[in-house]
Amino acid sequence: MPKRTLSPLWILLLLPYLGLLIVSFYNKTSPDFFGFPFFYWYQLLWVPVTSVLIYIVYRSLPDDE
Amino acid sequence: MTNELDYPAISVFVFFFVLVTVMGFVAAKWRRPATLAHIDEWGLGGRQFGTWITWFLVGGDFYTAYTVIAVPALVYGVGAYGFFALPYTIIVYPFVFAVMPLLWRQAKDGAHVTAADLVHARYQSRGLELAVALTGIIATMPYIALQLIGMAVVIKALGLTGEVPLMLAFLVLALYTYSSGLRAPALIAFVKDAMIYIVVLTAIAFIPLKLGGYAAIFQAADTAFKAKGSGGILLAPAQYLPYATLALGSALAAFMYPHTLTGVFASKSANTIRKNAILLPAYTLLLGLLALLGYMGHAAGLKLTSNNDVVPMLFKTLFPGWFAGFAFAAIGIGALVPAAVMSIGASNLFTRNVWKAYADPGISHAGEARVAKITSLVVKVGALLVILFLPTQFALDLQLLGGLWILQTFPAVVFGLFTQWFRAPALLAGWAIGLGVGTYFSWMDGLKPLHTLILGDTKFTVYVGLLALVINIAVALAVNALLPQRRTVISTAG
Repeated sequence: MPKRTLSPLWILLLLPYLGLLIVSFYNKTSPDFFGFPFFYWYQLLWVPVTSVLIYIVYRSLPDDE
Repeated sequence: MTNELDYPAISVFVFFFVLVTVMGFVAAKWRRPATLAHIDEWGLGGRQFGTWITWFLVGGDFYTAYTVIAVPALVYGVGAYGFFALPYTIIVYPFVFAVMPLLWRQAKDGAHVTAADLVHARYQSRGLELAVALTGIIATMPYIALQLIGMAVVIKALGLTGEVPLMLAFLVLALYTYSSGLRAPALIAFVKDAMIYIVVLTAIAFIPLKLGGYAAIFQAADTAFKAKGSGGILLAPAQYLPYATLALGSALAAFMYPHTLTGVFASKSANTIRKNAILLPAYTLLLGLLALLGYMGHAAGLKLTSNNDVVPMLFKTLFPGWFAGFAFAAIGIGALVPAAVMSIGASNLFTRNVWKAYADPGISHAGEARVAKITSLVVKVGALLVILFLPTQFALDLQLLGGLWILQTFPAVVFGLFTQWFRAPALLAGWAIGLGVGTYFSWMDGLKPLHTLILGDTKFTVYVGLLALVINIAVALAVNALLPQRRTVISTAG
C-alpha cells in the first residue's frame, strides 16, 4: 500500500477468516438458539459481526476523496 | 412436478416480467449521458453509481438466480456441506474492502474498463492481458448459461412447457441490454432485489409456522438424512477441509469475475465500494436463511424428481398461486440482472482486450461501444444455444472449471496492487501451470471440485481451485526469482 501507515485496526479483518475457516470449532449442535443448531446460528452471527468489524476499520481510514 | 397451468401464478409472473422489460428499455434515458455511444457509458453506466445503486447492482449480480435455486437444492441434497456458501459470502467482504477500492482507483486513473486493461497497463504485456481477458470470457459463458437454468426451473414450475418462453425471455433481455447497457440491469436490480427480499423474508417467517418451527425443521432434515444414510445437518470430520477451502477459494475467485468487477468499476468512488463491503453482507444473511429452504423441503415431505425443484415446489405447496407467481417472478427476474451484467462484462473484455488489441487498435469510443453491444448479443445467443442443445451437465461442469480458471487470474490482477516485484513472464507462467494442472486434476477426478492429496500417511481433500492457485503462486515466485534482475528496483513494499 502506497506510503501510508497502516492502522493496526486492519488486523480485525482477519477475525472472520479465523472464526469461519476453523470448522471443527463450530461443527456442533449445542448450544442451540431459537431451534437453530450452533453450526447455523454461529455462522449467521458472523454476518453482522463482519459488517461491524469492517465498519470499525472504515471509520479509522483517512478521507481519500 | 405437475404440469398444470397455474393461471394466478402466470398472471403475476407476466405482469412483473413486462414491468422490468419496460424498465430495461427506459433505462437508456436514466441519468442520461451526452451519448451512450461510449464504452464507459454502455459498459460501465458512466462510472457514477453511488452507494445504493451499487448495493442493488452488485447484490443482484453476485447473488444470482441460480444461487437461489442451487444453494437450497444442495442443502436439501447433502445438508450442512451445502452451507459453505455462507462462510464464502462472509469472508469475501473483508477482501473486497481491502482490495477493491485500490483496484477501482487504478481503473479510474487509467480509464480502464476491464481487469485485463489494468493488467496490460501495469505490466505492458499483451500476453498477460490476453490470458486475463480470455479466462474472464470463458469463465463467464457457462455462468450465463446457469442463469438460464434457474429461469427454466421457474418457467417449468408455472406449468409452461417447451423452450419458447425461455427463448422469449432471453430475447427480450438481449435487446434491452443491447440498447441500454449497464443501466438496464442497474435499474431492474431495484425491483429484483426488493422482490427477493419480500419472498425470502415471507418464506422464513411463515413456512416454519406451518411446519412446526425451526427445531422441528432441523429435526425433520436430520431424520431424512439418517434414513437416506448420507448427508447430515452437521459436517463429517472429513468434510472440514473441503468446506473451509471451498469457502476460501470461492471468496478469492468471486471478485475476479468480469460481472462483479464491472459492478466495482461502475462505482462512483472508492468509498462507495468500502461502504458496500459493509452493507452487502445483508444479502449474505438472506442467502443463509434461503439455504434453510432446503431443510424445509424435508419438513414439508416434498417428493422431488430433481433437487433443483425444492424451492419452486415449496412455494407451490405452501403458498397461494399468486404468491408463488410472485416468488417465481423474483427468481426469473433474478436471472436477468446477472445474465445482463455478465454479458456486458464479457463484451467489455472482448472489445478492449481482443478486438482493440488485435483487430482495430485505432478504434473510436463509439466504435468500442458498437463492438461491445454486438458482442453482448453473440454471448447471450451462445449461452442460449448451449442450454438448448447441450446437456445441462455440460454447463455445470464448465461452470465448475470456470471457477478454477478465473481464480488463476488472481495473482495478475491483485498482486500488483501491493508489490511491483512480480513481472509478466512469471505471472503468465503461474497462470498457465495453475490452470493446466488444476484442470488436469479436476478432469482426472471426474470433474469434481475436490482433489485428494496424499502426503505420507495423511490424506488432505481440498478445493481444487485453491490448490491450483497455490501451485500458480509457487510457480510465479520461482520464475520471478530466476528472471534476470531489473536494473532499477522500484519498490519492496509488501
